Amino acid sequence: MTATCPECDAMIALAADVVEHEIVICTDCAAELEVIGLDPPALALAPEVGEDWGE
Amino acid sequence: MSVRVSIVGGSGYVGGELLRLLLDHPAVAVAQVTSERLAGRPVTTTHPNLRGRTALAYVPAAQLQPCDVLLVALPHGAAARQIDALAALAPRVLDCSADFRLTDAAQYERWYGEPHPAPHWLGRFVYGLPEVRRAALRDAAYVSGVGCNATASNLALLPLVRAGLIDQQRDVIIEVKVGSSEGGAQANEASHHPERSGVVRSYAPVGHRHTAEIMQVTGLGRVHLSITSVELVRGALATAHAFLARPAGEKELWRAFRACYQDEPFVRIVRERQGAYRLPEPKILGGTNYADVGFALDEASGRVVSICAIDNLMKGAAGSAVQCLNLMLGLDERTGLGFAGLHPV
Repeated sequence: MTATCPECDAMIALAADVVEHEIVICTDCAAELEVIGLDPPALALAPEVGEDWGE
Repeated sequence: MSVRVSIVGGSGYVGGELLRLLLDHPAVAVAQVTSERLAGRPVTTTHPNLRGRTALAYVPAAQLQPCDVLLVALPHGAAARQIDALAALAPRVLDCSADFRLTDAAQYERWYGEPHPAPHWLGRFVYGLPEVRRAALRDAAYVSGVGCNATASNLALLPLVRAGLIDQQRDVIIEVKVGSSEGGAQANEASHHPERSGVVRSYAPVGHRHTAEIMQVTGLGRVHLSITSVELVRGALATAHAFLARPAGEKELWRAFRACYQDEPFVRIVRERQGAYRLPEPKILGGTNYADVGFALDEASGRVVSICAIDNLMKGAAGSAVQCLNLMLGLDERTGLGFAGLHPV
């Protein structure tokens, strides 16, 4: 089962036993992604704590 | 049976890195290393990291014996003035200097300020960047080195160029921040520690010679290069600013970078959403042959910032040279280049 990273378009392999709301990490851009659907598999950027990089 | 390689001009930093890499190379034996100034002294005099790894001593160039490959790490201009004699010693020559990088003698004279000493040799050398000349490097007899700043810039820009994403009617501006080892092993007034330590020194805001290599490799005509020396020993970070030829989103840029580098053994796309190293940084590349590339896009203005980090002595010089040597010899191009770097460092 695969899904596309919404951030960088990478094809991500999902485990056969993946469940909704599980968090996976994109192997290309390291984005934390939430599994938002299984049929078909779909991913969305997971909520994250903002960081202040000097701004 | 090992390939017999000799290093001409081995006392400098590039020569030292070549020696470090080749002493551990499974298919190569280093036969001789030359230095006129240090003839008779152990190579560890100038490369103390190699203590206990080799008993080689420097020899003068006049004592060079025929071998299978000559790796030349002489100051710019020296190899071109003696290329016929060097080529008589070995069927294959890999020159790390700038002497045979440019294919056009007129461009050489423009950027290096003197006529090329051996212009008839320029067409015989293959430019030594596997990411652009891999097919020609296989079985090549004569290979040039690469400029460190040019390599960081070229690897940053190539994905955008190949995808036709750069507006060539507008200028491409590249800022490269570099470490002190780019200045070579010879000390001078500017490298004296109290003067060099802590600097952010604009040493070539315009007119850097590597501009010619970037134009030659990318085909871009409106390239502007500035070099700033910073508090590093090793490392170069190229930050290239260009404008898109047409609207494109981040995913299209990802596709362009993947198309260019997904099969490259030494180029990694680094653009991560979390962690301390989200974009390329030379800090973790010391001693490795990796080039890390990444990008950022300002969709409102169409400005794309493409970034490449390398170790200037490795991917920017000796590492690329060994990668090319492997290709010339029909070996796996990763041979002898497996070091992954240090972290933390």
